[in-house]
Amino acid sequence: MSVHITSPDFKANARKALADAPLQQALAKVGPGFIGKRAAAADKLPEFKALRDSARDIKNHTLAHLDLYLERFETKARAAGGHVHFAVDAAQARDIVLDICRQLGAKTVTKGKSMISEEIALNDHLEANGIEPVETDLGEYLIQIRGEGPSHIIAPAIHLNKEQVEADFRRVHADLPPERNLSEPTALLAEARGKLRERFLAADVGITGANFLVAETGTSIIVTNEGNGDLTQTLPKAHIVLASLEKLVPTLEDVSQLLRVLARSATGQEMSVYTTFSTGPRRADDLDGPGEYHVVILDNGRSGMLAGQFREMLRCIRCGACMNHCPVYHAVGGHAYGWVYPGPMGAVLTPSLIGIEKGRNLPNASTFCGRCEQVCPVRIPLPKLMRNWREKEFERHLTPATQRYGLAFWAFFARRGWLYRPATRAAMAVLALAGKARGRFSKLPLAGGWTQYREFPAPEGGTFQAQWAARTSAQKSAR
Amino acid sequence: MTSSSSDHSSRDVVFASVRRALGVNGAEAPRRQAVADRIAGHPEGVIPARAQLPADEQIALFKAMVEAAAATLVHLPDAAAVPGAVAAYLRARNLPMSILRGADPRLAGLPWQDEPALDVWIGPSDGRQLAGLSHAFAGIAESGTVVMLSGPDNPSTLNLLPDHHLVVVDARDVTGTYEEVWTRIRAAYGPGTLPRTVNWITGPSRSADIEQTLLLGAHGPRSLHVLLVGEMPAGEA
Repeated sequence: MSVHITSPDFKANARKALADAPLQQALAKVGPGFIGKRAAAADKLPEFKALRDSARDIKNHTLAHLDLYLERFETKARAAGGHVHFAVDAAQARDIVLDICRQLGAKTVTKGKSMISEEIALNDHLEANGIEPVETDLGEYLIQIRGEGPSHIIAPAIHLNKEQVEADFRRVHADLPPERNLSEPTALLAEARGKLRERFLAADVGITGANFLVAETGTSIIVTNEGNGDLTQTLPKAHIVLASLEKLVPTLEDVSQLLRVLARSATGQEMSVYTTFSTGPRRADDLDGPGEYHVVILDNGRSGMLAGQFREMLRCIRCGACMNHCPVYHAVGGHAYGWVYPGPMGAVLTPSLIGIEKGRNLPNASTFCGRCEQVCPVRIPLPKLMRNWREKEFERHLTPATQRYGLAFWAFFARRGWLYRPATRAAMAVLALAGKARGRFSKLPLAGGWTQYREFPAPEGGTFQAQWAARTSAQKSAR
Repeated sequence: MTSSSSDHSSRDVVFASVRRALGVNGAEAPRRQAVADRIAGHPEGVIPARAQLPADEQIALFKAMVEAAAATLVHLPDAAAVPGAVAAYLRARNLPMSILRGADPRLAGLPWQDEPALDVWIGPSDGRQLAGLSHAFAGIAESGTVVMLSGPDNPSTLNLLPDHHLVVVDARDVTGTYEEVWTRIRAAYGPGTLPRTVNWITGPSRSADIEQTLLLGAHGPRSLHVLLVGEMPAGEA
């Protein structure tokens, strides 16, 4: 898959997505599916809100002591026979992985789902160097055979319909009888299971992500429903874990708190099917398990986030609840965001990782309805952080000229109350008069961007300030 | 590793930028103490009330949560009933009378001779067996989870490759919470130490990656069958 960044073209991407009928059909299922399941799971656990506070506090504590927990993790993982590698950027991480694969003479690697792998565009790098990567999470497998990137951080193929999957399977699994029936999702799943089972057993190296790294024990954790991550890491000669700095948590008790909010927020499950804690390679008398265990810890811009107002974003545990509840995501899907992290969390994280110059559209792709913050299991104030990005964008003169002039024009009046009040009063009166008959406008000068998609309600009375003044004086006289 | 020297300088760069961003040098005694205290004390945080029940209710919750996760469960009076229950499971599903199990002494000591028609094999799975049997370290009532520890007695592949995974859980090993399991593992392995793999398994493998339709049997076992054995002594929960 290719991960060239199209975030600067968000508007064009969004327009394309809105006109894409199969995509719209798939997106229509996102909200109804995820929102209800999360709400039901949260309602079943009276302590859910308290657990979210606990999760936030654990992450805050860890981030404030991150250097020390990293040291502890490294020491414990090495003591268990594992290798720990640090990568400053994506290129270093790719080379570390390639190097391990080459040392083992690897021809194929199986992969569990990893957003870090997407972030560093690992598959392209392995392929370019003669190593075949095989994605084994069903959703990741689907997008790999289509040459696409993920459109969701936990449901990477959520933009696809089963008819598209059937067509891809017929194209890629050409050795199977063409007359086979693939009309039901069960048949598609069974075919993928059969095809990937061969790959699991043949792979030389298994690469997974990590939901968490535990400093206490030097352990990496993956959470899956399919069991693909477990097969990926158990069967080959080596298990490589790709993780970023902020995956650290102090103890097994701390991670248990986080696990109580992760699955509920993500899929509405009480607990995902497989939560696997891996510590080092296979032990001396073990009968199975990988002979080598490597953890690659990636920075790629995250340490810089620790310093500023975006540190809170590093609490993110990648549950996807923010995008599942986002009206913008529901409308345009994940690919429109133009890089690996979509939705509200992507709107904050992407500019941090690729720069505000390329990512400036994303924090603007929000209605600020605030649902993302309401459901975030670690209480990241996503709207506030998007607003911070908008301010930075303005300060750095990245905002388009029309917006800047518009704001300057408004600011000129707003700073001069003696001018602003009569001017707005007059404008309201004109609008109220002009819109009296219909109560709304379908066209307005200078507001074409608004009226192209929806009508503008006609004002019914005085300005807000005039009404406020009238109300306060009425209250005073009533006393 | 050929990259060890560059790894090393990368490590220094990462630690330096983390410390610069945090405004620390890593030697501050209060910070080091806070970290040492947290690791040594491993505080529990918020524990759901549902996970703190009397013995009989805890067992009932475990059963209910196992079944809510789409697994099946039978409650047997004692471990001697396990071979018969395994045979009954295979027969009811029209499966070959063959099971692969780990060398766990708790399984080895069972009266397998009572089921002469049942072939019992010992070892890790290579993917060709339809049914595998392992012994859980614990069961967790809070979420209906079984806890599997890797090792020569219970190879991890048994949890993953067979279509049917059968798991023996001793009722005395059913805990209310995840935290009680960590306490037991620390007691068995020493603090700060885990076996290569700890698998928490909650129900059979599944995927909802095609149109969000939940389907069982993605890559791991299509069925998870829990053989709960014995009773939890009253007042032990």
